[in-house]
Amino acid sequence: MKMLESPMIRRLMVRWGVHPDARKQATARRGIETLPLPELLHVPMLQHSGAPAKPVVTVGQRVLKGELIGARQGNISAPVHAPTSGTVVSIGEYPAPHPSGLPVLTVSIEADGEDRWLEVEAVDDPFALAPSEIAEKVAAAGVVGMGGAAFPSSVKIALGQRSEVHTLLVNGSECEPYLSCDDRLMRERADEIVEGIRIVLHAVGARQALCGIEDNKPEAIAAMRAAAAPFDAVRVVALPTRYPMGSDRQLIRVLTGQEVPSDGRSADIGVLVHNVGTLYAIQQAVRHGRPLVSRVVTVAGGALSAPYNLEVPLGTPARHVVEHCGGLREAPARLLMGGPMMGMQLPSLDSPVIKGSSGILALGADELPKDRPSPCIRCGQCVGACPMNLMPFDMAAHIRIGELDEAHGLKDCISCGSCSYVCPAHIPLSHYFDYAKGELTARERGKLRQESIRKLTSARSERLEREAREKAEAAARRKAERERAKAAAETAP
Amino acid sequence: MLAIISLTTLGLALGLALGLASRLLRVEQADGLTAEIEAMLPGSQCGQCGYPGCGPAAAALAEGKAPVTLCPPGGRDLVQQLAARLGVEADLSGVEDSMPMLATVNESLCIGCTKCFRVCPTDAVVGAPKQIHNVLREACTGCGKCVDVCPTMAVAMVPMPVTLQSWTWHKPLAVA
Amino acid sequence: MMRPTHAPHAHAGATVSRTMLLVMLALVPATLFGFWLNGWPAVLLWTVTVASAVVAEFFSLRMAGREAGPALADGSAALTGWLLALSLPAWAPWWTGVLGSVFAVVVVKQAFGGLGQNLFNPAMAARVMLLIAFPVELTTWVQPAPWSSGQALSLSQAFALTFLGEMPVSFDALSSATTLGHVKTELTRGIPVGEALAAHPASLGAGLLGMHGGSLGETAAVLIAMGGLAMVALRIISWHIPLAMLAGVALPALLLNAHDPARYLDAASHLLSGGLMLGAFFIATDPVTSPGTPRGQLIFGFGCGLLTWLIRTYGGYPEAVAFAVLLMNSFTPVIDRYVRPRVYGHARARAPEGGAS
Repeated sequence: MKMLESPMIRRLMVRWGVHPDARKQATARRGIETLPLPELLHVPMLQHSGAPAKPVVTVGQRVLKGELIGARQGNISAPVHAPTSGTVVSIGEYPAPHPSGLPVLTVSIEADGEDRWLEVEAVDDPFALAPSEIAEKVAAAGVVGMGGAAFPSSVKIALGQRSEVHTLLVNGSECEPYLSCDDRLMRERADEIVEGIRIVLHAVGARQALCGIEDNKPEAIAAMRAAAAPFDAVRVVALPTRYPMGSDRQLIRVLTGQEVPSDGRSADIGVLVHNVGTLYAIQQAVRHGRPLVSRVVTVAGGALSAPYNLEVPLGTPARHVVEHCGGLREAPARLLMGGPMMGMQLPSLDSPVIKGSSGILALGADELPKDRPSPCIRCGQCVGACPMNLMPFDMAAHIRIGELDEAHGLKDCISCGSCSYVCPAHIPLSHYFDYAKGELTARERGKLRQESIRKLTSARSERLEREAREKAEAAARRKAERERAKAAAETAP
Repeated sequence: MLAIISLTTLGLALGLALGLASRLLRVEQADGLTAEIEAMLPGSQCGQCGYPGCGPAAAALAEGKAPVTLCPPGGRDLVQQLAARLGVEADLSGVEDSMPMLATVNESLCIGCTKCFRVCPTDAVVGAPKQIHNVLREACTGCGKCVDVCPTMAVAMVPMPVTLQSWTWHKPLAVA
Repeated sequence: MMRPTHAPHAHAGATVSRTMLLVMLALVPATLFGFWLNGWPAVLLWTVTVASAVVAEFFSLRMAGREAGPALADGSAALTGWLLALSLPAWAPWWTGVLGSVFAVVVVKQAFGGLGQNLFNPAMAARVMLLIAFPVELTTWVQPAPWSSGQALSLSQAFALTFLGEMPVSFDALSSATTLGHVKTELTRGIPVGEALAAHPASLGAGLLGMHGGSLGETAAVLIAMGGLAMVALRIISWHIPLAMLAGVALPALLLNAHDPARYLDAASHLLSGGLMLGAFFIATDPVTSPGTPRGQLIFGFGCGLLTWLIRTYGGYPEAVAFAVLLMNSFTPVIDRYVRPRVYGHARARAPEGGAS
């Protein structure tokens, strides 16, 4: 363990991954500013992985900032709160901030400009709370993973409480190019993050926290070290800069030397990973009782007039954010939510900011790959880049001809895009893998549907048989009665 | 002379070996296969394949008399499963376009005659006499029987809508 | 809406054309040396071979009804022709280059589906075909007549030689055997390796510098190795195949030379002669026909080396690299299927059967 602490050893250990051009200089200089309120906010009920929230407000209802507008449904879900005070003007379908542009149930709120908070319950000493109370507060505040996956944080904490977690890993690597929202958050709000770390340590009963930050963010490392200095349990570790360092499984391997089993979770090896933004949100929820209603977003890209780091109320349309940044300098060749390596293409600037939006990028044509795909020359660059040690070229070749079952390791692929990034033939490898994953899920769904339909069919045939039997019995009964009556009539006179 | 004898012997020996192999290694064509295939079929007995039900269709498939693409409700997945089980090449060209379909009831035309839900093999149509009928999305196999019997053309087949949860990435275009 | 574009929305910038171009650049020093050493005939043969590979690619793409532009731009056909030219005797007649190129591109590459689909290395398959079909033309080596020596042929003499097959009358330094061929012949006559080597004009130093008879571009071991190392440094190729292949030749050579020096050639002569350097750095590393994983590449490279040594020592052909590479090419699919990296979170590398996911 001690040997692993050496930066040299760590650097040698990391043999996977890629070195995308970071392009963070312009954005990392910008401190976090608060975005002025938009007039209209579109708050989707599905901003997390799991089941969507269910609206609990009605059209015309006045809401305060932080008021519950969508209740969680099911075990893996998260509630949604009003990002500002105002009036609910519609509850209906609105295009999701998703490449498909498909509609999602959305509560639209007209802001009244007062931004008045709901009476919230602050806690003087969060460390006096029972672990279960902390989990409940995090759940009620709708905190989800802010790194992009948006997995409900309370579920993760509850999982940690059930298993023996000894180490909390704090993900401050921020390995995506352009993005600097976590960097700025660590520089400016390190004390709150460290308190968030200590709250989660307390909640899951872990002994220590290791905060990993890529070494291209020296200011963030210094700020976090200063904030963590009084606490022995919290240590800040500089990590080599390598994409995808911010992926849970890679971060765990670099920080602890262990690997998460393929079919397991990080809690199985006694670690829990939380993003710095998530820990800040947890601190706000537990200490101040404030639900998650805003987040820091990096706004950047060559098509944009100026880059910014903005604290944005959830539900703010991207257009409003971009206009605040001085608007577009040119028509963007591509709009993205998140970073360029794993980010999603946005259908339009009307898409709202949600809990998992770490960035809004308006990229110019010169920032995007241009070459068309050509045949694979099996050079093996993708094999060297894959952080999961897969053979992307082999998998894609099988998927291309429809042999999805032959694409070994599809389940292990984390869709980081390193393979596509290095491919000299410009083959959209990670696109192939996401296509195959979707197709396999759809097949699985189809199979379940087939089974339920078969059950329904047999239920129907049973019902028809029963009805026929009952009908026959009834007829037989009537006949017998008639005959009895007839016999009675015959014998009566 | 020697050549003729050796070649004849060789031919005879190989012929014998082939004959034995075809006898010993014969592919099983028992009822087991029919049952297995029947289990793969939707089982809604809709009859769209032209056979009286899923059982006869499975038998025809097992004997190789029917194409693996015969079952519209089964869709592309079923074609692939059947092709894999029977060890034949699946021609997906005709199947690719057929999206999973769903019956819908046009409420302004429905007269509540109950004909559709009496014919539905999965009880996917709900309603009562003289009431507007509705289709349960989860139960409908898209067999289209209800469309045929509806006296007012109130039932129509529409492609199953794609939702945020069911959306998947398209297959990347092939290399130029 | 238009179909969305999948991430990543960034790229490292590498292209297939750039890769091929860098490989060609790495070949330039050895090629120029070959031109200098062998004079005009080498230049003519090289030009004819490369040009016919490109033309063959163009016509086979057009026959297949595909756009020829992008495929030609990737440079793979030119590189195939180039490698083939380097492996031919410098004074071979023009039609060997043309025939070899057409065979390499049309039969070995395009018939299998074009770039990335071929099982065998096109240049080596063509060389082997030529060697078997035209053994005389492919094994007639001349004592090199460098440009600086005054013995070099004039352009018109070279034209007559390459295109008309007319040997210049004044020329008397014909038919020198390669080191390997010479040792092999002498061994069959019962002359020990040491004496055979001593009697051969090409010393070890000459081998290093390439001042001896042999194929057009494979003699300058040092220049080839330098180009190869440059490619390793630029990450065009990885070090696994070259190192394993050289080790595959050197290890058995060392052991058996120590055991019986009279029967077995020493490791240094093995490494510096024949097409070994060219094979190790430029032929066996052809990504299309070699395994895609580092461990697979080590196995493949060592196999190439070992087979080279075996064929050189016990086989009928003294020049063994082409055969060894082709034999190992046929193992590439098997190696890629069974030699896989251990996937993160899995106990050990999975056999494909158990791993269907």
